[in-house]
Amino acid sequence: MSLVPEIDYGTPASRAEKMVTLTIDGNEITVPEGTSIMRASMEAGIKVPKLCATDMVDAFGSCRLCLVEIEGRNGTPASCTTPVAPGLVVHTQTGRLKDIRKGVMELYISDHPLDCLTCAANGDCELQDMAGAVGLRDVRYGYEGDNHVKARNSGEINAKWMPKDESNPYFTYDPSKCIVCSRCVRACEEVQGTFALTIEGRGFGSRVSPGMHEHFVDSECVSCGACVQACPTATLTEKSVIDIGQPEHSVVTTCAYCGVGCSFKAEMRGEELVRMVPWKDGQANRGHSCVKGRFAYGYSTHKDRILNPMIREKISDPWREVTWDEAYAHVAAEFRRIQYQYGRDSIGGITSSRCTNEETYLVQKLIRAGFGNNNVDTCARVCHSPTGYGLGQTFGTSAGTQNFDSVEHTDVVIVIGANPTDGHPVFASRLKKRLRQGAKLIVIDPRRTELVSSPHIKASYHLPLKPGTNVAVVTALAHVIVTEGLYDERFIRERCDWSEFEDWAAFVAEPRHSPEAIEQFTGVDPETLRGAARLFATGGNGSIYYGLGVTEHSQGSTTVIAIANLAMATGNIGREGVGVNPLRGQNNVQGSCDMGSFPHELPGYRHISDDATREIFEKLWGVKLNNEPGLRIPNMLDAAVEGTFKGLYIQGEDILQSDPDTKHVSAGLAAMECVVVQDLFLNETANYAHVFLPGSTFLEKDGTFTNAERRINRVRRVMTPKNGYADWEVTQNLAQAMGLNWNYRHPSEIMDEIAATTPSFALVSYDYLEKMGSVQWPCNEKSPQGSPIMHINGFVRGKGKFIRTEYVATDEKTGPRFPLLLTTGRVLSQYNVGAQTRRTENVVWHEEDRLEIHPHDAENRGIRDGDWVRLASRAGETTLRALVTDRVATGVVYTTFHHPTTQANVITTDFSDWATNCPEYKVTAVQISPSNGPSDWQIEYDELARRSRRIAGKLEAAE
Amino acid sequence: MSEGNKLVRMANQIATFFHSQPANEAPNGVATHINKFWEPRMRRQLFDIVDNHGGEGLDSLVLQAVPLIRRPPPAEVPPALADSAPAAH
Repeated sequence: MSLVPEIDYGTPASRAEKMVTLTIDGNEITVPEGTSIMRASMEAGIKVPKLCATDMVDAFGSCRLCLVEIEGRNGTPASCTTPVAPGLVVHTQTGRLKDIRKGVMELYISDHPLDCLTCAANGDCELQDMAGAVGLRDVRYGYEGDNHVKARNSGEINAKWMPKDESNPYFTYDPSKCIVCSRCVRACEEVQGTFALTIEGRGFGSRVSPGMHEHFVDSECVSCGACVQACPTATLTEKSVIDIGQPEHSVVTTCAYCGVGCSFKAEMRGEELVRMVPWKDGQANRGHSCVKGRFAYGYSTHKDRILNPMIREKISDPWREVTWDEAYAHVAAEFRRIQYQYGRDSIGGITSSRCTNEETYLVQKLIRAGFGNNNVDTCARVCHSPTGYGLGQTFGTSAGTQNFDSVEHTDVVIVIGANPTDGHPVFASRLKKRLRQGAKLIVIDPRRTELVSSPHIKASYHLPLKPGTNVAVVTALAHVIVTEGLYDERFIRERCDWSEFEDWAAFVAEPRHSPEAIEQFTGVDPETLRGAARLFATGGNGSIYYGLGVTEHSQGSTTVIAIANLAMATGNIGREGVGVNPLRGQNNVQGSCDMGSFPHELPGYRHISDDATREIFEKLWGVKLNNEPGLRIPNMLDAAVEGTFKGLYIQGEDILQSDPDTKHVSAGLAAMECVVVQDLFLNETANYAHVFLPGSTFLEKDGTFTNAERRINRVRRVMTPKNGYADWEVTQNLAQAMGLNWNYRHPSEIMDEIAATTPSFALVSYDYLEKMGSVQWPCNEKSPQGSPIMHINGFVRGKGKFIRTEYVATDEKTGPRFPLLLTTGRVLSQYNVGAQTRRTENVVWHEEDRLEIHPHDAENRGIRDGDWVRLASRAGETTLRALVTDRVATGVVYTTFHHPTTQANVITTDFSDWATNCPEYKVTAVQISPSNGPSDWQIEYDELARRSRRIAGKLEAAE
Repeated sequence: MSEGNKLVRMANQIATFFHSQPANEAPNGVATHINKFWEPRMRRQLFDIVDNHGGEGLDSLVLQAVPLIRRPPPAEVPPALADSAPAAH
């Protein structure tokens, strides 16, 4: 094993199609026009010495090391900033160049510490490499004069020296090692788009500075790691590298956080993870990362991980550690007993959107083939199930239409109900890059999210609608487009059903759908809305990106349909730069849906009632499959409360914390006789579990994740599972205990079964993924390379279907008792229920959930910033601290759900989407009042959680 | 809220969407949706409300759709009860 090789070409690739031929050091080379001489040289295999250039950022031309000579031109131009031209004859190594480079290096080293042996970058230092490359043998200037290296000069305090900044939990900034190449500053600007870093001072006094000479952790820095990656010295270094040393091998794998699905190199020393570095060839992230994927992996070795299976009879008992065999036998016996006593349909399971495709496939197979029913669901139920329904109805398939690269070709973007800078940071950076190039942005969101206005980004229109009125606003956009004749008639006639369009157009054109008519209840200024509609319809390639602010409503599915209508009406489907793009929450939520996790459909979105599909699986699995849809998660809980549902196998999901109306969830779980939780930690749901099966992390298993762009990425095992087994093995062993004859030796065999049964995966295999890197489904005979963009020459369902979208106000209404609307979301540093990120240093950025409230609403209630407040709804109440901010409008409050002590879902109701039962997280009528401390529920729950986490024979740390 | 009420609310929510669709498609739209996504015991409860409680609380469109909704077979008797049945003689 060795480190995965990556070539730094020095400057970014040119996109030009015209090719240019030139000669470098006697080698003829042909490259796209606009390529730098530095890059062309590297492509010819010639490494021109360089320090300030790296191909993640544009050329800068400051280090004067990459100079070359060009025949017929004067001087020694920098190869990074000089583009190729036809017929150029370039020399990269001449006597003159050698002298200049040596002189430049000598000056660099004269102000750089010579502690190479004990330096963290030893073995990975470009400055050291360049000193070697130019043959530096002597530094004539000494260290006695002005320098940044020494704390004291001849006993006197050196004002130019600055101490290390170790404030960021993951990396250090050591100014004494800085060569002021500006790579970090440019990475922050160009790659991440945060503009947190700058160069302060001038000349010899130039320094890298986070914000206004702040500490990293106090600055705007979002800790994405791009600067650390860009740094050629040990100035910016991962603390893990300082602690452990340089890695000796690396393996490409896929991040297990959000649905962007970034590719990383897991850089290892033995089985110890040294660091995660974004992989340049990763087609979702193109070499970029966020704080979660790059740094927040510490949970994988956290002491809270449970490594032995455990059982208990009653949830009030302490846990008892047992052997794996005992645990399997117990679950099998309990599930069979329950089915004997209460019927075949009295048990079910939940697949995990954090586990691999292969694992998810096995769980649904266990339920359908082993339990003999279709009571399988997944956490997509509570996030993107309306996407499945809405896009399925209109386009014929339930997935995003584009790849992430598509954003580089978009001209107008609508972001609705999504906060990508926090939820999908790497995509947000790619979007911001395009916006800085001039693309226009429309944000539809109750909050003034970061995209609305941030450095070098300004939305052309922000429609700050009242939560719950998405359908009215999107339909009004369509109203403007139709009534002003801005629709794309050619596209519609060619690709869609024209009579359905006419019906829809007449519907949206009704005056009651006009921006003026809806202003009263949406709160959106009609002129702003009209401007946004005109811009989207006429601004070139129009793309729509949306998140859970669209789906998690009682009309979630209707809004998805409205979005699809809008894209079809403006002809924005089926090519680069356009499309409808759901931003998926979890790493494998797309995959878990693809793999047949929904109770009504088999892998590949084929309805369970379809005889031909069932027959494929029946033949292969040797069982008769039930042709009726099973229970969805909320239905399971209802059935449990009602007494007909008694056993549940949950792999990697924490429904108690993540699902709405916590009291209903806990009542449902408490009514069951055997709840089996398979997870890394004793999560909140495990408080109600009878069996705990330890899970494994993404670093400990092989498999695949499918991201929001339908990209199937490999997950590769880099260390032995701490609990002894990958999750797919646990499910297989459980299946065997239940009498199923499974014998997969490797996840690749599971993928082979998926490919054999699911037409959209027909060509997918581990060998093929090895060859291709990754592919986007459908990947079959028709599209052997996969499908970066869907619906190119027509919709999957045939003709695109326009469907009327009538706005219906949610039943969750404000009134005198509950006058404010609560909406929920997430922050950059935390992830979902926080089980992983709370167990990392990320808590320095977000150690508690806060309630965002507008200054007016706060003042009316006598609430100051930081005060404890009581947040109450019809469903329940909790307390948390207030954050007074005008990011939210008056009448709207906002919080996150990352911390179990807050239990934001005690507040949310069990109202749900009409089509899919996706919960209405985004709208809850609430009241806020000052508070002294935790609510009764919080105290009781805390006590319950403490009691239910007891393990026999192990003392509680707190006692 | 009792589970019966919840079911009525869910059915009515579906009907509310289809009310806005072309009238000739609406009942079929509601029925297809329920057939595709409702587990048999949920449909059984729905039929119970229709058959034994006069369809109380249900939207008129749901009632129009009822003839098109697949009637599930009676609930399976759990083996335990089936086994114990003869012993009760």
